[in-house]
Amino acid sequence: MTASLEVSGLAFAYPDGHQALFGVDLTIGRGERVALLGPNGAGKTTLVLHLNGILTGGAGTVTVAGLPVDKRNMAEIRRKVGIVFQDPDDQLFMPTVREDVAFGPAAAGLKGAELEDRVRKALALVGMEEFADRPPHHLSFGQRRRVAVATVLAMEPEILVLDEPSSNLDPASRRELADILRSLDVTVLMVTHDLPYALELCPRSLILSEGVIAADGPTGDLLTDEDLMRAHRLELPFGFDPASVAR
Amino acid sequence: MHVPDGFINAPVSAAAGVVAAGAVAVSLRGARRELDERTAPLAGLVAAFIFAVQMLNFPVAAGTSGHLLGGALAAILVGPYTGVLCVSVVLLMQGVLFADGGLTALGVNITDMAITTTVVAYLVFRGLVKVLPRSRRSITVASFVASLLSVPAAAIVFTLLYAIGGTTDVSIGKVATAMVGVHVLIGIGEAVITALTVGAVVAVRPDLVYGARGLQQKLKLRVGGELVDAAPDTPAAAPVAAPVAARSHRKIWVIGLVTSLVLAGFVSFYASANPDGLEKVAHDKGIDSKTEEHASADSPLADYGVKDVTDARLSGGLAGVIGVGVTVVAGSAVFWALRRRRTSEPTSTEIRTQQSV
Amino acid sequence: MGAGHAHRLYRAGHSPVHALPPHTKLAAVFCFVVVVVSTPREAMWAFALYAVLLAGVAYAARVPAGFLLKRLLIEIPFVAFAVLMPFVAEGERVQVLGMSLSESGLWGAWNVLAKGTLGVAASVLLAATTELRALLLGLQRLKLPPLLVQIASFMIRYGDVITDEMRRMRIARESRGFEASGVRHWGVLAKSAGALFIRSYERGERVHLAMVSRGYAGSMPVIDEVSASRAQWSYALALPGTALVVCLLGWTL
Repeated sequence: MTASLEVSGLAFAYPDGHQALFGVDLTIGRGERVALLGPNGAGKTTLVLHLNGILTGGAGTVTVAGLPVDKRNMAEIRRKVGIVFQDPDDQLFMPTVREDVAFGPAAAGLKGAELEDRVRKALALVGMEEFADRPPHHLSFGQRRRVAVATVLAMEPEILVLDEPSSNLDPASRRELADILRSLDVTVLMVTHDLPYALELCPRSLILSEGVIAADGPTGDLLTDEDLMRAHRLELPFGFDPASVAR
Repeated sequence: MHVPDGFINAPVSAAAGVVAAGAVAVSLRGARRELDERTAPLAGLVAAFIFAVQMLNFPVAAGTSGHLLGGALAAILVGPYTGVLCVSVVLLMQGVLFADGGLTALGVNITDMAITTTVVAYLVFRGLVKVLPRSRRSITVASFVASLLSVPAAAIVFTLLYAIGGTTDVSIGKVATAMVGVHVLIGIGEAVITALTVGAVVAVRPDLVYGARGLQQKLKLRVGGELVDAAPDTPAAAPVAAPVAARSHRKIWVIGLVTSLVLAGFVSFYASANPDGLEKVAHDKGIDSKTEEHASADSPLADYGVKDVTDARLSGGLAGVIGVGVTVVAGSAVFWALRRRRTSEPTSTEIRTQQSV
Repeated sequence: MGAGHAHRLYRAGHSPVHALPPHTKLAAVFCFVVVVVSTPREAMWAFALYAVLLAGVAYAARVPAGFLLKRLLIEIPFVAFAVLMPFVAEGERVQVLGMSLSESGLWGAWNVLAKGTLGVAASVLLAATTELRALLLGLQRLKLPPLLVQIASFMIRYGDVITDEMRRMRIARESRGFEASGVRHWGVLAKSAGALFIRSYERGERVHLAMVSRGYAGSMPVIDEVSASRAQWSYALALPGTALVVCLLGWTL
C-alpha cells in the first residue's frame, strides 16, 4: 500500500533569509489521522504549504499518493491535497456557499449535474445543505469553518490537511467538527495547538520543532512525556491529564 | 466630487467614457503584469480597502471633515495600473449600488477620480523618488507631494470637463477657483494621511509598497548553515514580483498619448460642432460691467430665440448621437479585443502561474 | 458595504421587476439615464413624464415612496450646488422675491436637479430590486471584462470583513480615550489606515493561496449563468423605450 504522504529531507528558507524547515522526514499511511504539534514558529505552516506545492524550491521531496510534488503534476496534486486554512474568511471567497464549494471541482473541469452532485454531497458531509445559497459572511464562525471543510471535501482529496481546525470555535462547534472529521473516510493531517483535540481525534502525533520532526508516536505517549513536552514548549491546558482520558 | 447624471452633457460624458474604458483596458493588461493571477484577489482586497478608507473622515477646519479619495494611496501602494482598477471598481460599485455618481457620468468620475489621481500621483512619486536620496523619509516626502498634487489635479480635470461640457452657465473661472480652492484643502488632508499611511506601511512591510521596491535589499538563502545569494529563479513566497518600472514608464507614455489624442479629437470635434463655449466666454466678459442693464432688459425668455435654439439643439443632438455611437463602437472594440486576447492566452497564463507558484 | 449596506439597499420581494434578469435591468437603467440626459432641459413636461414612468416602475416593484425618497438624499451635495447656481451663474438676471437671480443659472439648476434626481432614482430602483450577487452576474453578462467583475466581487465579499476590522480598530482607539477631533489626530488615523492596508493586502495573499490550493489558475470557473428571454428583454426595455419616445417628442415639440 502506498502512503498518502511522504516527506523526506525537506528544507526551506524564505526569500528574506529566514529558514523555517531543516530537513523534515515523515510518512503518513492511507486513512490515518495524524496531529502535527509544535510551538509557534516551528515551521508548521511552512510545511503545510509545501504539501500542495505552494512553496517549493528548497531541498528534499514531497510525495502525495506516490505522485511527487513538482510543477508537472501540480494540478493533480492540488486536487489530492485539500488544505483547510486557519481563517475561514480566507478560504470562503465566493459570494455564496454553493459557489464556494463548487469552486474547486469547477476549476478541475466538473460541470452541470456532476458538479451539483459533488457540492450537495460535500455540504451534506458537514451538515450545511440548507445554507447553500447564503453568503458565507452571514454564517457563524463555526458554520464558516464547516463550509471551509466542505469546500475541500468537494474535491475528494486523498489527504485532508487542517490548519488549527479548533481555533476560535465554541465548545459545541468544536465537538461538531470533531464528529465530522471522525466520520470522514480520508487521511487527515491536523496542525494544532489544541492538545486535547489532538488526543481526541488523532491516534498518532508528530512534533515539529525548530524545523525538524522531533518526535513521532502515539498521541497519548507524547503528551504524557513531560520532558519531551517541556523541551518543545508544549503545555497541556490546566487540569487536563491525558493519562486519565479513556482511549 | 461624485458627478451626478446631467451635470456634464452627453457628448463629453461619452468622450470621458471612452477615455475611461481605454484606460481601464490598459490597466487590466498592466495589472496582470504587476500581479499575474493574483490580480483578482489582491486588487479586490485593495478596492475593499479603498472603499473602507473612504469612510475614514478626517476633520478639516471649522467642524467640517473631508474623506480620502485614495487614488494616490492606491497608486503608491499597489502600482498605477492596479490603482486605476481599484478606484474604478469602487466608483462603479458606488454608482450601481449606492447611486453615488451618475451612471452616465461614470466615465467622467473614473477619468478624474481614478485615472487622474493615480497617474498624476504615480508620476510625481516616481519622479521624486528618483531625485531624492534613497531612504524611507524620501518615500514619505514623495507620497506627501504626490497626493497633495493629485487632488487639485483631479479638480482641474473636472473643471476642464466642465469647461467643455458643463450644462450650467457658471463661469469657468468661478468653478475653477471654487474647485481648486476646496480641493487644495482636501489635498492637504489627503497628503498628510497618505504620507503617514505609506510611512507606516514602509516601516512594517516595505515589500508591500509598490513604489518603494527599489529600496529592497538583495535576498539570501540559508542552505546547510551557510548564507548563499538567492538564485534569481527562486520561487518567492512573498509577493515579490519583478519590478516593471522600466516598462511601466513606456506604458504610461503610451496611455498619456492615447488619452490626449482621444481627448483632443473629441474636444476639437465638440468645439467645432458647438461654438457656444467660446461665444459664451466673450459674451460673459461684456456682460460683467453691465449686469443691471441686462437684468432689466427684455423678457427672460427672449434670449432663447427660435433660430438659436434650433441650431444649438440640432448640433447638440447630433453631437450626442455621434458621441454615444462612438462610445458604443469603441467600448465594444475594447471588450472584443480583450476577450479575444483572453481566449488566445490560456497557455501563457498557465506557464506564468506555474512559475510564480 | 457588502452585507450591511446591501441589506438596507436591497428590498427582497417577488414583484415582476425583481424577477427580471439582472442584465436586462442594468441595460434598461443605463439606457433610461442616457435618454434622460439627452433630453433638452426646456422640455419640462418630459421630465415630469419620466418621473411618472419611474413611479410606475416603483409601483410595479412595490418599492414604497418613503424608501425611494430617503435614498435620494445621497444627492444633497449637488442639490446645494444647484441652489447656489442661480446666484453665481452669469447671464441674464431676473427678479424673484426681490433677489436678482441668473436666468441661465435657474435653467442650469433645474437641469442638474431634474436629470440628477431621475438618474439617482433609477439607480436606487435598480439596487432595490436586484441582489448584489445578481448585479455582478448582470455586469458579467453585459461583457464587462471578467477580471473587473472578479475584482468587484472580491471587493463586495471582503468589504464587510475590512470595514469590520476598521470598526474594531476604531473601537480599540476610542476605548483608550482617543477621539479624532482635530488636525493633530491625523497621524493616528493614518497609522490605522496603514495597519488596515497591511491586513487587507495580507488577506489578499492568503485568499490567493486558498484559491490556488483549489486549482485556480487565473480565471474563475463559470458556475452560474443568467439568461434572458426575448419577452423579458422587451419587458425591461419598455422603460427606456417609452422614455425615448418622450425624449424625441421633447426635441421636436
